[in-house]
Amino acid sequence: MSRRHLRRSVAITMVSALSALGLAACGSSEPQTSTEPDQSASDAVTQCEDLNAAVADAPASGADEFVFAASSDPATLNPFHASDGETFRVARQMFEGLVGTTPCTPDPAPLLASAWEVAPDGQSYTFTLEEGVQFSDGTPFNAQAVCDNFEYWNNQPKGPAQTEDVSYYWLSLFRGFADTDPPSIYDSCSPNGDTEVTISLTEPFVGFVAAMSLPAFGMQSPSALAEFNKVANGEDPTSTEYALRHPTGTGPYMLDTWDRGNEIRLTANPNYWGEAPRTPNITITTIEDPGARRDALLNGEIDGYDLVAPGDIAPLTDAGIQLVNRPAFNILYLGMNQSYAGAPLDDLKVRQAIAHAIDKDAVVAQTLPPGSVTAKEFIPPSVNGYTDDVTEYPYDPEMAMTLLEEAGATDLEIDFNYPTDVSRPYMPSPADTFNLISTQLEAVGITVNPVADQWTPDYLDKIQGTEDHGIHLLGWTGDYNDTDNFLGVFFGRPSNEWGFDNPELFSALSEARQIPTVEAQTSQYQAINQTVMDYLPGVPIAHPVPSLAFGENVVGFVPSPVQDEPFTTVVVTE
Amino acid sequence: MTVPLTVSPIAPGGVEEAGESLWHGAWKRLRRSPMAIIGATIVLLFVLVAVLAPVLAPYEPASSEWTSLSTPTFVQGPTSEHLLGIDRWGSDMLTQLLFGARQSLIIGVVSTLIGLFAGAALGALAGGLGGWVDTVVMRFVDIMLSIPSLLLAISIAAALGKSSYALMIAIGVAQVPIFARLLRGSMLSQSKSDYVLAANALGLRRRTIIMNHVLPNSLGPTIVQATLNLATAIIEVAALSFLGLGQSDPAVAEWGRMIVSGQDRFLIAPWLSFYPGICIAVTALGFTLFGEALREALDPKQRR
Amino acid sequence: MLRFALRRFALIVPTLFGLSILLFAWVRILPGDPARSLLGQRATPEAIARVNEAYGFNEPLVQQYLSYIGALLHGDLGISIDLKEPVLNAFVDKLPATIELTFVALLFAVVVGIPLGYYAGRRVGGWVDTAVVSTSLLGVVIPVFFLAIILKYIFALKLGWFDTANRQSARIDAEHPTNFFVLDGLVTGNLGASWDALLHLVLPGIALGTIPLAIIVRITRASVSEVVHEDFVRTAESKGLSTSVINRRHVLRNALLPVVTTIGLQLGLLLSGAVLTETVFSLDGIGQYLYAAIRVRDYPVLQGFILFIALMYAVINLIVDLSYGLIDPRVRVS
Repeated sequence: MSRRHLRRSVAITMVSALSALGLAACGSSEPQTSTEPDQSASDAVTQCEDLNAAVADAPASGADEFVFAASSDPATLNPFHASDGETFRVARQMFEGLVGTTPCTPDPAPLLASAWEVAPDGQSYTFTLEEGVQFSDGTPFNAQAVCDNFEYWNNQPKGPAQTEDVSYYWLSLFRGFADTDPPSIYDSCSPNGDTEVTISLTEPFVGFVAAMSLPAFGMQSPSALAEFNKVANGEDPTSTEYALRHPTGTGPYMLDTWDRGNEIRLTANPNYWGEAPRTPNITITTIEDPGARRDALLNGEIDGYDLVAPGDIAPLTDAGIQLVNRPAFNILYLGMNQSYAGAPLDDLKVRQAIAHAIDKDAVVAQTLPPGSVTAKEFIPPSVNGYTDDVTEYPYDPEMAMTLLEEAGATDLEIDFNYPTDVSRPYMPSPADTFNLISTQLEAVGITVNPVADQWTPDYLDKIQGTEDHGIHLLGWTGDYNDTDNFLGVFFGRPSNEWGFDNPELFSALSEARQIPTVEAQTSQYQAINQTVMDYLPGVPIAHPVPSLAFGENVVGFVPSPVQDEPFTTVVVTE
Repeated sequence: MTVPLTVSPIAPGGVEEAGESLWHGAWKRLRRSPMAIIGATIVLLFVLVAVLAPVLAPYEPASSEWTSLSTPTFVQGPTSEHLLGIDRWGSDMLTQLLFGARQSLIIGVVSTLIGLFAGAALGALAGGLGGWVDTVVMRFVDIMLSIPSLLLAISIAAALGKSSYALMIAIGVAQVPIFARLLRGSMLSQSKSDYVLAANALGLRRRTIIMNHVLPNSLGPTIVQATLNLATAIIEVAALSFLGLGQSDPAVAEWGRMIVSGQDRFLIAPWLSFYPGICIAVTALGFTLFGEALREALDPKQRR
Repeated sequence: MLRFALRRFALIVPTLFGLSILLFAWVRILPGDPARSLLGQRATPEAIARVNEAYGFNEPLVQQYLSYIGALLHGDLGISIDLKEPVLNAFVDKLPATIELTFVALLFAVVVGIPLGYYAGRRVGGWVDTAVVSTSLLGVVIPVFFLAIILKYIFALKLGWFDTANRQSARIDAEHPTNFFVLDGLVTGNLGASWDALLHLVLPGIALGTIPLAIIVRITRASVSEVVHEDFVRTAESKGLSTSVINRRHVLRNALLPVVTTIGLQLGLLLSGAVLTETVFSLDGIGQYLYAAIRVRDYPVLQGFILFIALMYAVINLIVDLSYGLIDPRVRVS
């Protein structure tokens, strides 16, 4: 018997044995070999606008309760001390800020403030407030309350309260507190009657108005804070009585009960100044495993969940589940560490070669959710400073190989780092994306050395804390419409992730941040985007479209690129 | 726990001739026991597959060559080129299962050996030397036994980072207390037996007694325990991989990891998780059956 | 009796002390920087420095150990750096879930296992015996998490008989005074909630229960078959007592003894299995808590958790040993 025949026989015997256990099932649909994405990004925005328009026609009421599954329990109910999406999801139901967002966009729109004026020097902002607004505890929302909030934020006690772990947004935007050295850029707040308030900063901060739409700056009831929020120096403020049992805002819902680790129940705020929510009770239950969330929705135990895995889209749709796309406000990129010891990634030609080797359309079509689009720069199109006029690197393996030859780097071997056990909105299945890009790189003669690490802490430790990585997959979801929130975070200073020192770029970014008006900033950021795409520290790959899944009887949900999604208009029809 | 699986009453008039060795008698009993035969067959099959995997497998392991056949919307089932289809990461499923056997065998055997030698050494020391050595060693063993063994293995694996060695050491260390207690117990009980007293009276040195007599007599139960522990080790490797410990490259063939990976595509291709799970169960079953049969075969109460 | 108890109890203290040192060292060897874990993608060098300062990660090891021990002696197991809640509170909160699961698993194992083992033991070598032994062996060799996945897939997803996640349906608004969900419903008069919580325990209970099931079947079977041939049974038979009376009064009672004694051992196995089962069924118990803590290197949780388990385990084993001592006087003397 030939060797092959023997192998076959053994294999067939084993297969028969296994099949006898009767567990084989055939694969489903036809294999997908397309390399063209089948939708464009504007579709997600168009879909969103359609949903928004449909809200007016949706039923005014339905079931008494709406159940949503979150991936983790909120860390605290005091939004100022939160920085993760699940805590914010809950916060968005109970709190509102001076500024909200225009539906389906990341752009600021009036909310608690009906209008605002910026002084020419960009350092002073005057807001006109809505009248007749109350907090859920019945106390009035007015100019004094606004100032009380700012003073509360600026005067955090020493200790954990003054770290990024606890007060991330204030610290990163205002860069300090009243008693730090240097102090924060917040100077003072002065009420003018009940409905006008002026906030003064010590330096211009163009993104200030947009930043006020962040849930961290939701307006909180000063009297509730005073009564329940006692924090001493050195103490952790996230577990005060206020944060656990009495979070008080002006939003459509208020806290009913919080069974920590398990679920949180919200009920309609009787003192709400706007249109009353159509579903009076919300339960947000915690199910940590994404597959378990999907199973729970299929089984009717919950009414919706966020961040559907690409692999579940088809089965869910087949089962009648509705999928809602959230307009993309993120970026997925391939970072290239210019301090990498194993290959000359600091050679521009090598980076360009890698860029040309990647078929972004295929990556989007095969590994990202439908509706995702390819990216040509490091910010999404809706962000200020986006320009189509940047250097592009189309898929061209021939060009890639030529460039590698020119650079004298024809037998490169590069560590390709990617995370496991994680799904981010901008990177739903990292291993699949890794596999595809890896194949594309190998096709131009680059040997890829896969380095997989668990997301927390190993992957982030390695990429952001050390120089021991080659090329890697990472990304970012924007918090609000400010270019610095993307470019500043990536390229504002020397970092282990990118491994380069480019003083002109750093100073261009810090100057741009200081420019007092949005219009003037725009041209500056456009220029910076062009510079970045010439310098090519990494390859921007795509703007993936995250999606939510809802039961077939759920209507009225309107997604938001920055997750400004109160459940006010959601109805579970019967 | 030494609870025999089958109990047979002593048949009248069936006593063997005097002088038959323990092993010879055990072998005869094993040959007749269906449990032993089934168990041994499975074990042999598993070992053969694991050792011969490179020869038997139709393709290279962890090749991720056919990623286009394993996408979020479609996973290739059995075809003539891929007898069991494609796995989650685009490798040939059959190849992955075969090489997964290899991983399980290696990790299982190494960890059991670590547990065996380290544990036996500790146990022999404690039992042989007695006194304060015994107390110290046994306190240490108590600490290790103060938490359930899987949790102990989880803790150690988490500390040792991302590699198969972490699993080997973790599971091995978790087995140390079992072997330590076994050896110590065996030595203590034998120290009171007649032949040891006789040897002592004859003036034989302690070391000779231990090395030439006591230890070999402990061999039987130790082998039985090792076989049973191997079954447990195989399952624990899978459990630790399920929890994300050990080898981090998801494409590398390891049964436990394959079960986890398959969860992504569970709705469209449940067999991705089923195949490796069945493999683990059958293999562990083989070792357990054989170990139990061996224990009964070696049990002197069984002699007819 | 008292001396026996005190002797056993005294052994716990040095063991736990040794364990605390090991734990402290272990947590520090764990790869990964806790500051970075907390900050995730938003970690900048200044942010890390600030966190290290505020949480005392920079202090010398000896000092950290001393504050750890000091806090321990006050019953303070530390504060989770990920979720910011005191570790002890989290345990007390989540322990009932694990206890409920373990209890249901044991109940399943006992209710199914003892009768099975009994009938197998009475007719050793028969087909009932073989079937029972094989099935219980399967319970041991099929990995718990795999069985959990299969049960969930078949009975929850495909057949829809059960829910797939959580301890109770999110659509039921129930109060939880004791945090034992089944009990809570009875206490608050909400029987529907109790029933719902019980239903959520069926699949995980069966999955987890297959481990003790196998052991209980084997022990019962072995005890029963041995006892059946014991003198006192033959005496009873010769006295003319009916078989069923013999069964009930003598055989079963004597056979139950080993079952009771191994429960202590089995609780350890159950706890390990709970980590896996809770993860598959999204049950909010200490198993899932440990798993999450390991993933983010939440030091205080890991230290406190293991110590807590060790203490619990030791106490339970002590109780079991003491009760065995009560039942069987021969044990006390050894």
